[in-house]
Amino acid sequence: MTKILEAKNLKVIRGGSLLVDVPGMEIFERETLSLIGPNGAGKTTLLQALSYLMKPSAGQILFRGQAVGAAQPKLEYRRRLAMVFQEPLLFDTTVFGNAVSGLKIRGIGGSAAQRIVESQLERFGIAHLRDRSARTLSGGEAQRTSLARAFAISPEILFLDEPFAALDPPTREAIVTDLEKVLTETKTTTIMATHDRNEALRLSDRIAVMEGGRIAQIDKPVVVMNQPADEFVASFVGTETILEGEVRGVNETALMVRVNGSEIEVVGKGKPGERVVLCIRPENVTLSIPDGNVKTSARNVFRGSIGRIVPLGLFHRVEIACGFPLVAYVTTHALEDLALRESTEVTASVKATAIHVIRKSGL
Amino acid sequence: MDIILEGIRQAFILLVTFDPEVLGITWFSLKVSGTATFISLFFGMSVGTVVALTQFPGRKFVVSLINTGMALPPVVVGLFVTIFLWRNGPLGFMEILYTPAAMILAQAIIATPIVTGISLASMQQLPKKLRLQILALGATRLQMVRILIREARLPLLAAVMAGFGGVISEVGASIMVGGNIKGYTRVLTTATVMETSRGNFDIAIALGIILLLFAYAINLVLTYVQQRERPR
Repeated sequence: MTKILEAKNLKVIRGGSLLVDVPGMEIFERETLSLIGPNGAGKTTLLQALSYLMKPSAGQILFRGQAVGAAQPKLEYRRRLAMVFQEPLLFDTTVFGNAVSGLKIRGIGGSAAQRIVESQLERFGIAHLRDRSARTLSGGEAQRTSLARAFAISPEILFLDEPFAALDPPTREAIVTDLEKVLTETKTTTIMATHDRNEALRLSDRIAVMEGGRIAQIDKPVVVMNQPADEFVASFVGTETILEGEVRGVNETALMVRVNGSEIEVVGKGKPGERVVLCIRPENVTLSIPDGNVKTSARNVFRGSIGRIVPLGLFHRVEIACGFPLVAYVTTHALEDLALRESTEVTASVKATAIHVIRKSGL
Repeated sequence: MDIILEGIRQAFILLVTFDPEVLGITWFSLKVSGTATFISLFFGMSVGTVVALTQFPGRKFVVSLINTGMALPPVVVGLFVTIFLWRNGPLGFMEILYTPAAMILAQAIIATPIVTGISLASMQQLPKKLRLQILALGATRLQMVRILIREARLPLLAAVMAGFGGVISEVGASIMVGGNIKGYTRVLTTATVMETSRGNFDIAIALGIILLLFAYAINLVLTYVQQRERPR
């Protein structure tokens, strides 16, 4: 994997506050990296610093090993990348006029530009809108035009800043599907900021979770989801149950962790007496009605009663009090099957391998 | 009532028969105010664009000066232009007082702040992020300014119309620095003042109607521009 972009000791300070603080970050050729995090985490600022639309207060951006603003002049660097914002930010001209604008800025016109633009309009399904005024487009059509404008210049890095946040769900789904296809075809290196973790999971090879201007964790989606580096990442990626506990016993593969008087068996590393945090994803908790002979391969079986049940569309979020608060996602079908309602007594089981351990002393 | 109805009837006759005097005054008014607007466009758009796109200390103060300038009373402009062009005034050597050149100068001074103020506002109305998008498309600073001006072209047209509307309808400065000399510096407004004072209501009403038509045409364009929306 070739490094295409690297940030070193990158800091962005505006109005006295540190908006971005990234000691080191690497982006590899052909990968799609998503920056996720809550509002104000610094995703947009980091994106603008990496694209050099905003001058970093300290540190360096290296594009293919050359420092941007020094060995690699700013304008030349910008001409090798493209950016799509949340707002389409179209020019007051036709769809074609918009899509060709990046090429025109680079002094490319005529039939060569026309061929490129037309193939991009085709690619994003807006060829029929070619001569329409940008003012008459719907939100989805406008964002497709903005994407076509970005791809027309064959960027070496594509920056996307919450590109789908303003779209309604069906439009969003259609555009994400198309973009997914285009990214697979073109293998364009892409850095996308989003607060939607599902979008990030779907499009990314790696995910960087940001908090307070820092990157809390950067790794493959499956790792970030199942082995969050800290409690913040855990809760941001949808780990509903985050428990503090103390390691009581250790054997070859497993730990016994004491949480609020309950013993939980987990697979992981630790020392007796060590403080740890356990992360249990709600999808990994199975509920059943206690009938005396529980048949499960799970090592952890807890008895408890249901607290709140919140419908979430296809499944329900069920809170169980079993010595500690535990959250499970149950399909609507299963909920009806087991006749679960508030204060029903249930058995919750979780496999020891499905629990992620964060070691506090290791931090 | 008769005097008004008779005046309007006579005025229409003058208009439909293309009365040479009315036509001549109208044409001369267009020439003077058009030239003045063109000059103000050059200064107003440059200053407006620069102030809109840059940050500097005292910027708010400059903007407040421009906005005050938009309401500059033509009589005051007329007064100072007259003083400057007076025989022993600082610019007296030019000997242009009571000539069309003096009128163009005075009207350009009146129109410039109007054009500047509206240019400034129309450039500032563009979404802030549009500049980032243009930079991200690889534009140089000059290319960015060109694109932004193109994006603001309709509000900028409004600036032209407002500047022109301001000077074609002003009377104070024109009469002071032009002198309302027949066939030389007489424009629609100064002629209307004179004909009214003489009791020649027919010709005054005819000139008034022409002024109203200009005002209507200008506002039609302004309304169209204001109602138009930017792309997403």
